Amino acid sequence: MAAQEFVMQVWRGDSSGGAFKEYRIPASEGMVVLDVIHAIQAKHATDLAVRWNCKAGKCGSCSAEINGKPKLMCMTRMNSLDTSQPISVAPMKTFPIIRDLVTDVSFNFEMAKRVPSFKPRPKEADGTYRMQQEDIDRVQEFHKCIECFLCQNVCHVIRDHEENKKHFAGPRLFVRYAALEMHPLDTNDRRELLKERMGLGFCNITKCCTEVCPEHIHITDNAIIPLKERVVDEFYDPIARMIRKITGK
Amino acid sequence: MSNGSAALQDIKTLKNVKTLRKDAWWVEPLLTFAVLFSFVVYATFRAFEDNYYYVAPYLSPFYSPCLVDTCAHVSWRIFGKMWLITPAMLILWIPGGFRMTCYYYRKAYYRSWWLSPPACAVRDGHTTYTGETRFPLLIQNIHRYFFYFATVILLFLWWDAFEAIHFPDGYGVGVGTLVLTLNATLLSLYSLSCHSCRHLCGGHLDSFSKNPGQYGVWKTLTKLNERHMLFAWVSLIWVALSDLYVRLLATGMIHDIRIF
Ligand code: SF4
Ligand code: SF4
Ligand code: FES
Ligand code: FES
Repeated sequence: MAAQEFVMQVWRGDSSGGAFKEYRIPASEGMVVLDVIHAIQAKHATDLAVRWNCKAGKCGSCSAEINGKPKLMCMTRMNSLDTSQPISVAPMKTFPIIRDLVTDVSFNFEMAKRVPSFKPRPKEADGTYRMQQEDIDRVQEFHKCIECFLCQNVCHVIRDHEENKKHFAGPRLFVRYAALEMHPLDTNDRRELLKERMGLGFCNITKCCTEVCPEHIHITDNAIIPLKERVVDEFYDPIARMIRKITGK
Repeated sequence: MSNGSAALQDIKTLKNVKTLRKDAWWVEPLLTFAVLFSFVVYATFRAFEDNYYYVAPYLSPFYSPCLVDTCAHVSWRIFGKMWLITPAMLILWIPGGFRMTCYYYRKAYYRSWWLSPPACAVRDGHTTYTGETRFPLLIQNIHRYFFYFATVILLFLWWDAFEAIHFPDGYGVGVGTLVLTLNATLLSLYSLSCHSCRHLCGGHLDSFSKNPGQYGVWKTLTKLNERHMLFAWVSLIWVALSDLYVRLLATGMIHDIRIF
């Protein structure tokens, strides 16, 4: 039987601390978690802070932890949850809390600034660039990213080890690095940077980033592991190195 | 371990919460641990047993290739009599190392054995973390070399499957033939779906249109790669069952059925 009302446990607080507060909202069909949060704002807590924008899973603003799982609030239907129990909604754990469900995600933008930009090879004689569809199919997947930072949030490298934020770009940024490294026109080589200062080796490919990505980007299989293999080509494969030296490639 | 609503009331800061998950997140790591542990125990026992690994025409995959003079069935005579080391130990480090450094198994054992993390959004079981940036985990980077060695072993396993039609009384097919052929097939699927294989065969390229041959191979391997986890488990279980089948035949506990 569908629940008559939803019992929600919503985190209220700021950087100094807080608590889960219980709210009850009449259930209606088709509601997503963000609808329920809006209903709480309208009826019980007009000061409840929540970030959202599109309500369509495309702006990446409404990331939160619903019953402990990192998800977009606007894409999580209430009927996908066990509403016979209270539903907890908490802010992303990895980033500093500003207030209630809103966190400061500037870490991700700082890391984005450090990505060496696209550097295309010289144009062809007729002044154009030429690429075929199959050359860019692979990187197209990476461009689906909506920057919700759920992957950054769930990654245990920084979620549980704050000190690693200094030298770990994180899965969202690895997706960006992969898009550039695999680009058929790009000439920048970011492998040493990835190995030495962006912490690619900290990732132990436990795949939580892939599990939470709302765009279903195969972050680990298609971005991180191929990047790790490219780093191996350059730094950990003596035979490949020797062949490169001999052939001059 | 999960935080029910009663526990939620007591939380004053989110930083130290182990997890807010309410589902049975511990089932998957527990199962993974149980299966991997059982396999390691069985494989270790068999590697030391040094017996019951050959019944004509079937050679157990744990002892193939058998490279020692004293083997019950010599695949390739390279070593003389060995002390302390069984023929299985001479070769098992290759498939063992291949699986230990496999990108999929790394996920499996980092989660289930090392609890780093035990499940997504569940706190890491360790206070400090350096991942694969230092020795000994830096060694994971040589996975492709294990892939090369494992490919050689695989050729022997195909040879064994082929030999398994060669009965003392002529050609035929028994249940054991099917068991060993399926074993070689599953291990081939596991190897071909390997991430390093996918990279080496085409993934390293930036422009596919200039290398249509490699692009075709990469596309096929990508399809297999999507099922790498499945192949990893099925081939692991089947290789143990293949060995068990040969052992049961060799100890006389069961008899092989000749299909024709
Ligand atoms: S696979 Fe790597 S980047 Fe993704 S969550 Fe796990 S450790 Fe982080
Ligand atoms: S890669 Fe996926 S999870 Fe990560 S920020 Fe982009 S859309 Fe979100
Ligand atoms: S509000 Fe835009 S993704 Fe949820
Ligand atoms: S065998 Fe699993 S990634 Fe290579």
